[in-house]
Amino acid sequence: MQFRESQAIYLQIADYVCEKILLKEWKVEERIPSVRELAVQLEVNPNTVMRTYEFLQQQEIIHNQRGIGYFVSPTAIKNAQTYRKNDFVEKDLPQVFRTMFLLGMDPEELKPRFEKFKKQHFA
Amino acid sequence: MIQIQNLHFGYRKKKIFTGLSLKLEPGHIYGLLGKNGTGKSTLLKNMAGLLFPKEGTVNVLGFNPAKRQPAFLRDLFMVPEEFYLPDMPIEYLIKYTAPFYPKFNEDQFNRYITEFDIPRSNSLQQMSYGQKKKVLISFGLACNTSVLLMDEPTNGLDIMSKSQFRKVIAGCVDENKCIVISTHQVKDLESLIDRVTIIDEGRILFDHTVDAITRKLSFHVSYDSDEIKKALYREPSLRGSAVITHNTNGDESKLDLELLYKAIVLNGKAIESVFNA
Repeated sequence: MQFRESQAIYLQIADYVCEKILLKEWKVEERIPSVRELAVQLEVNPNTVMRTYEFLQQQEIIHNQRGIGYFVSPTAIKNAQTYRKNDFVEKDLPQVFRTMFLLGMDPEELKPRFEKFKKQHFA
Repeated sequence: MIQIQNLHFGYRKKKIFTGLSLKLEPGHIYGLLGKNGTGKSTLLKNMAGLLFPKEGTVNVLGFNPAKRQPAFLRDLFMVPEEFYLPDMPIEYLIKYTAPFYPKFNEDQFNRYITEFDIPRSNSLQQMSYGQKKKVLISFGLACNTSVLLMDEPTNGLDIMSKSQFRKVIAGCVDENKCIVISTHQVKDLESLIDRVTIIDEGRILFDHTVDAITRKLSFHVSYDSDEIKKALYREPSLRGSAVITHNTNGDESKLDLELLYKAIVLNGKAIESVFNA
């Protein structure tokens, strides 16, 4: 896995897990990869994945069943959306707004493009 | 698990360590960094009982390594940078050397060399340096020793093997095991090590966990000339400047090990002051 420059790796892994859940590749109440499995797959220290899983437990996106493993929580989709949304609004959106301002673009222009994008990729 | 106190060591006239102290705990992968000739390999050899301290004590797993007691040797494995493996089939290597390591697991060894794309039936005689190194790494990991020392393990590995190496190491970390990796190839291991130990001028210059580092320091690209001026370390890049600043807002950034290393070697006092604050 290629890690982006800026964000701590444990948070990038949290984004990766959220994405799997939001895309429903990992389904509610299903078991997700163990700390070790994910560490091997992503070539990172298992302690880093452990930190990700602890963080996601605090966000009530995943939960731990002692001796069995980690599972996607019933409230995962809602909580993952909230978490990712805050992050997106705070970090990514200002960049987009800045570029739009520089290029003299109006938010209305985005709407048809967004609809087209959804059709293309998620229909 | 490993305690080194006031270690003095030198080769003839050249002093290497002048009062080095270090404590290593299980459950971590230590990245041992330092300039050429600062004594990274010498330190590992002192831990392994291959060199003896002039002064001070080294304690590994409760043993004095210099005594080379069998109970110590069977629970430590070192993958040196320069090594010799006899010209024999892998089969014989296992047969003759694995019995010295009671926790050796042959299934594990087979898994590792499969991961590294080396046929089990091969002989060491026909192998390149890189392939031999992969056999040695696989063997060392399969020994399941409490202490695993590796000196520049990714030297001589091709691009695919470096990725395989990271997978294999990530899978063998456990809370009772202490792994120490000395390296210059910081990019190879950046996401794997969770504690950074830097040696310089005969002593430990820096020793902190990656968690502590990213909590205290922020690594990012800055365009703000004020921030760049005040940064603990700065380096011009194509866009803005790569900087290390005191992390004050609690947002953790990704550790840039190369930048951190340069910062510590060139401006160690400023960096260390953040940790002592």
